[in-house]
Amino acid sequence: MTSYRSGPDANGLFGSFGGQYVAETLMPLIHELAAEYEKAKLDPEFAKELAYFQRDYVGRPSPLYFAERLTEFCGGAKIYLKREELNHTGAHKINNCIGQILLARRMGKKRIIAETGAGMHGVATATVAARFGLECVIYMGTTDIDRQQANVFRMKLLGATVIPVVAGTGTLKDAMNEALRDWVTNVDSTFYLIGTVAGPHPYPAMVRDFQAVIGKETREQILAQEGRLPDSLVACIGGGSNAMGLFHPFLDDQDIQIIGVEAAGHGIATGKHAASLNGGVPGVLHGNRTFLLQDDDGQIIDAHSISAGLDYPGIGPEHAWLHDIGRVEYTSITDDEALDAFHKCCRLEGIIPALESAHALAEVFKRAPKLPKEHLMVVNLSGRGDKDMQTVMHHMSEQEKHA
Amino acid sequence: MSRLQTRFAELKQQNRAALVTFVTAGDPHYAASLAILKGLPAAGADVIELGMPFTDPMADGQAIQLANIRALDGGQNLAKTLQMVREFRQGEQSTPLVLMGYFNPIHKYGVARFIAEAKESGVDGLIVVDLPPEHNVDLCDPAQAAGLDFIRLTTPTTDDARLPKVLNGSSGFVYYVSVAGVTGAGAATLEHVEQAVARLRRHTDLPISIGFGIRTPEHAATIARLADGVVVGSALIDQIANAENDQQAVDGVLQLCAELAAGVRGARL
Repeated sequence: MTSYRSGPDANGLFGSFGGQYVAETLMPLIHELAAEYEKAKLDPEFAKELAYFQRDYVGRPSPLYFAERLTEFCGGAKIYLKREELNHTGAHKINNCIGQILLARRMGKKRIIAETGAGMHGVATATVAARFGLECVIYMGTTDIDRQQANVFRMKLLGATVIPVVAGTGTLKDAMNEALRDWVTNVDSTFYLIGTVAGPHPYPAMVRDFQAVIGKETREQILAQEGRLPDSLVACIGGGSNAMGLFHPFLDDQDIQIIGVEAAGHGIATGKHAASLNGGVPGVLHGNRTFLLQDDDGQIIDAHSISAGLDYPGIGPEHAWLHDIGRVEYTSITDDEALDAFHKCCRLEGIIPALESAHALAEVFKRAPKLPKEHLMVVNLSGRGDKDMQTVMHHMSEQEKHA
Repeated sequence: MSRLQTRFAELKQQNRAALVTFVTAGDPHYAASLAILKGLPAAGADVIELGMPFTDPMADGQAIQLANIRALDGGQNLAKTLQMVREFRQGEQSTPLVLMGYFNPIHKYGVARFIAEAKESGVDGLIVVDLPPEHNVDLCDPAQAAGLDFIRLTTPTTDDARLPKVLNGSSGFVYYVSVAGVTGAGAATLEHVEQAVARLRRHTDLPISIGFGIRTPEHAATIARLADGVVVGSALIDQIANAENDQQAVDGVLQLCAELAAGVRGARL
């Protein structure tokens, strides 16, 4: 059997997706980063350091929690939540940030830049930059700044400079453009800490590797608790890092059904969504070939999702490949379905999920009731919802007005 | 010989550098942009770079970002850009024209269709910012096979070990991005440009054009003493951004182009 876990190839390609589509100024930096990462992977000291910070700073392993009340409510599959929202800074993002900051330090970089959508990656980056005493600049779209003010404040408390990006619609893709412009200008001093499994090679593979701790722990935990592997995995997808982190260690277990959930926004038919696989076509943006939301002229269309973290018109190239070959099923959930799942999770489990993770939960509410009780389903609860209070309050008051 | 080869050979004979001008196709809209394009050769542009608008110009500074937005808001697309080249070519057969931009609109248009139509419409070469030599198969190889030049960007970060890889497969001329940064930002020191040109000459016989941060006739003249071509973009585009009407935009660009051309032509006298 060929493995689904051996990619990317030497050129950074997963099938025909991925690659290194960047300006020449950045090419030498990307090659240097790839070489340095390969060295770090083989260095036991790096592994030791990473393990230490994962345990004592991030708080790993995160629990694999049997969601008894969700399970009862659905009346079907046995539902487990992988509690990534319990990590330091409240989401899976820190797993990758710790890995990359250790790499940045090895490379002698003094200045860290990052893009952020919901602000979770920005907060996680600002956090690790503070911990290691490095200068930190975060690019964030003005639309996202408006809807995620608490996270903007958190980043500032942590000593980061938050630069508002007005270009485009002021969301994640625009922030990423601006971060790339910064990097191309400050090539010697700066490390670009990309927050998802996208961008030029080696980022998709590197971020996946740092996030794969989610799936590795899940494997051990479910074997300890149930004595067998799960039957299905569910995770939400914007760029796709929490999903890839959960999925990757299970890709070769052919019997496990793997489901990625994109954000359908107002519905894919309306054009206002963020579902690159279900509503996009292949193209090239931000250093990689992948599925993109674009018009007939190849112009990028702005994504829409109630969840800022899923509001991106592309998707990691490895997901594009897994979609293409059919190993992973990619489905989508609308804003309203996600909000409904958000409320149910609050009331049933006493857990306020991030709106991103609520997309995965909504898919669970659709599937779990139809499955037998012995079906083991693991959902990645990728982040907590504290940051989304403003958005949810706004949405509830709008609904009341219309009621 | 290709138009680019012929033009650079002629200028070498005349012992002067080329003025290479960049404007974005469809900025501020099709008709005014075409008027600018048609006026450039008479205003002293020796080689024309025509930008293909894209929503996400990651290597460009504010001026060219805004030019892209103006053009897209005006309804410009790749088919119209090719049509603009056709109209330009009706009266103009000697000035080389190079399309410059990002890969996604070409990818969407279809590489084979794009190459065929670019060739047929009178395009001489391509500069695609986000296609490094690692991705030659995507566009560079088939474009060159069809007789389109593929102009490479080389940068301060492209070291001696990497240069041969970048230059291999380059044709037309070599574009040296003189500062690590986006378009329209800072300018390199003369010393840096001098050393960079010397380094590139050790690796290639192709003409070398220098760009990024060149805004005035005086600055253009200084660079024209060192290199085979001087690229000016953002300064020309600022003329469009600051114009109150179409006529001012056209006049502003062509006036600055004439001044830059005078600077370049007088540089080595």
